[in-house]
Amino acid sequence: MALLHEIPAPLSPAAATRVLVLRNYVVYKSAWKLFVTGFLEPVFYLFSIGIGVGQLIDTFEFHGEAIPYAEFVAPAMLATSAFNGALLDSTYNVFFKLKYEKLYDQMLATPLSTGDIARGEIAWGLMRGSVYSAAFLVVMAVMGLTHSWWAVLALPAAVLIAFAFSAVCMAVTTWMTSWQDFDKITLVQMPLFLFSATFFPVEAFGDGVLRWVVEATPLYRGVVLCRELTTGVVTWESAVSVVYLVVMGIVGLLVVRRRLDRLLLT
Amino acid sequence: MISARGLRKSFGDFEAVKGIDVEVRRGEAFGFLGPNGAGKSSTMRMIASVSPVSGGELRILGMDPATDGPAIRGRLGVCPQEDTLDKELSVFDNLYIYGRYFGIDRATCRERARELLEFAQITDKAKAKVESLSGGMKRRLTIARSLINNPDLLLLDEPTTGLDPQARHVLWDQLFRLKQAGVTLVITTHYMDEAEQLCDRLVVMDKGLIAAEGSPRELIDAHSTREVAELRFGVGEHEAIAGKVEDLGERVEVLPDRLLVYSDHGEDVVTAVLDRGLQPLATLVRRSTLEDVFLRLTGRRLAD
Repeated sequence: MALLHEIPAPLSPAAATRVLVLRNYVVYKSAWKLFVTGFLEPVFYLFSIGIGVGQLIDTFEFHGEAIPYAEFVAPAMLATSAFNGALLDSTYNVFFKLKYEKLYDQMLATPLSTGDIARGEIAWGLMRGSVYSAAFLVVMAVMGLTHSWWAVLALPAAVLIAFAFSAVCMAVTTWMTSWQDFDKITLVQMPLFLFSATFFPVEAFGDGVLRWVVEATPLYRGVVLCRELTTGVVTWESAVSVVYLVVMGIVGLLVVRRRLDRLLLT
Repeated sequence: MISARGLRKSFGDFEAVKGIDVEVRRGEAFGFLGPNGAGKSSTMRMIASVSPVSGGELRILGMDPATDGPAIRGRLGVCPQEDTLDKELSVFDNLYIYGRYFGIDRATCRERARELLEFAQITDKAKAKVESLSGGMKRRLTIARSLINNPDLLLLDEPTTGLDPQARHVLWDQLFRLKQAGVTLVITTHYMDEAEQLCDRLVVMDKGLIAAEGSPRELIDAHSTREVAELRFGVGEHEAIAGKVEDLGERVEVLPDRLLVYSDHGEDVVTAVLDRGLQPLATLVRRSTLEDVFLRLTGRRLAD
């Protein structure tokens, strides 16, 4: 047998993250069709509601500017595609790997650490969400739904959304004990999708507490950020959203790491 | 290679390992023998540097697992009790990707994976999904995978549990070859034949403590007689008959299904039993094994 002449040094954090992404890439290389459905979902919403229902609606006012309904809905679907893509991998798939496949136990028998696993899995969720968003952004551009060069920045914004949700959803998943618990995820996912000013303006919630609550939810921050960028109406609120999502992702990452320590290094 | 002093592991109030001293030398095959719940797996997980030590001192390859975990794990091969293979990957990728986790470069990984497929005799299954492998093949793949980094120290937790006799012998042969190639083996098992086959030295663990230590031969010599006469009587009679034969050997053990009379001359015991007019349904004279040692030391059978 060929001998390794020297023992390779444990991987750097960046290299370890890449190897974990590689592992997921190899798994999905043969299952790329799964990616197509994830991409199509927001496209269907855009066509049915943004354009179909949009014919019944004149224009919406967004930050004082009148925009066609399709242009209102499209950036929301962009944010949602990042959200859904990140959620898929960081909930169901992570739970399967953690509880059933014991994949992380295998990884921890090697020089990899719980921090590497947290980073690698979140990076993968982020990439999946980003791929959906990038494809969707192309659809938007082709359909003439982008109105500013700011729209180029909608892609990094979507990456940020994917990062924030990937991290937090993975953290939440570490507390799950059975598949039934995933009903709770759906229970949060649906209202976030429907009420984050995705299909109607946040002003519809009136000026009360409800509106404040909606404005403080993460998908709303993502939707508004994308909408500001694709319509070119960038405000100070955009910066708030960016900081919000960055903090959310970092907190999620730290929690995931701590939880994996607790669950796996016993 | 491994040095433990007063090593402890507790989970809340439960103490799984209650202070053990172990010394494993380079190139030997060392066994942890004991029933389920004796603390073998907890000890193995601490050695594998994935389970923090609760008390005492542990050094692996001269390093402290609390601070040098990744460096230690880079030189270990771990074959866990359950086959934790990556079911989403092909057989080949299970080896290749696992190698990459160690930071081994692509070309070396590919080459090692091919060699190990050959070693595990599953080359023709390289592209198959893990699920389609038989139990023995999965086990061999798990062991092959643990060798991807050419480990100095190979940890095997119950390596042959659940395998049929043929598959066990194939595996023993492979482990023997590794040992000859200079790999230090640490094995846990509750099969005494496995321990006798594979281990140069072993410790018998019971309830979190070490009950005895030595080579299989030394342990048998120290704690048992040369031979054992097994006497089987009718259901429920063993307890009553034990008193009538206890003077025939050094010691008598009453098991639910038979009596064990320990003596250096087993055939003489059987003759004497028949002379006394007792009529066992079956008799067997055999050499003492590690199981007898264990019975003596703990009052229990190994496979419980």
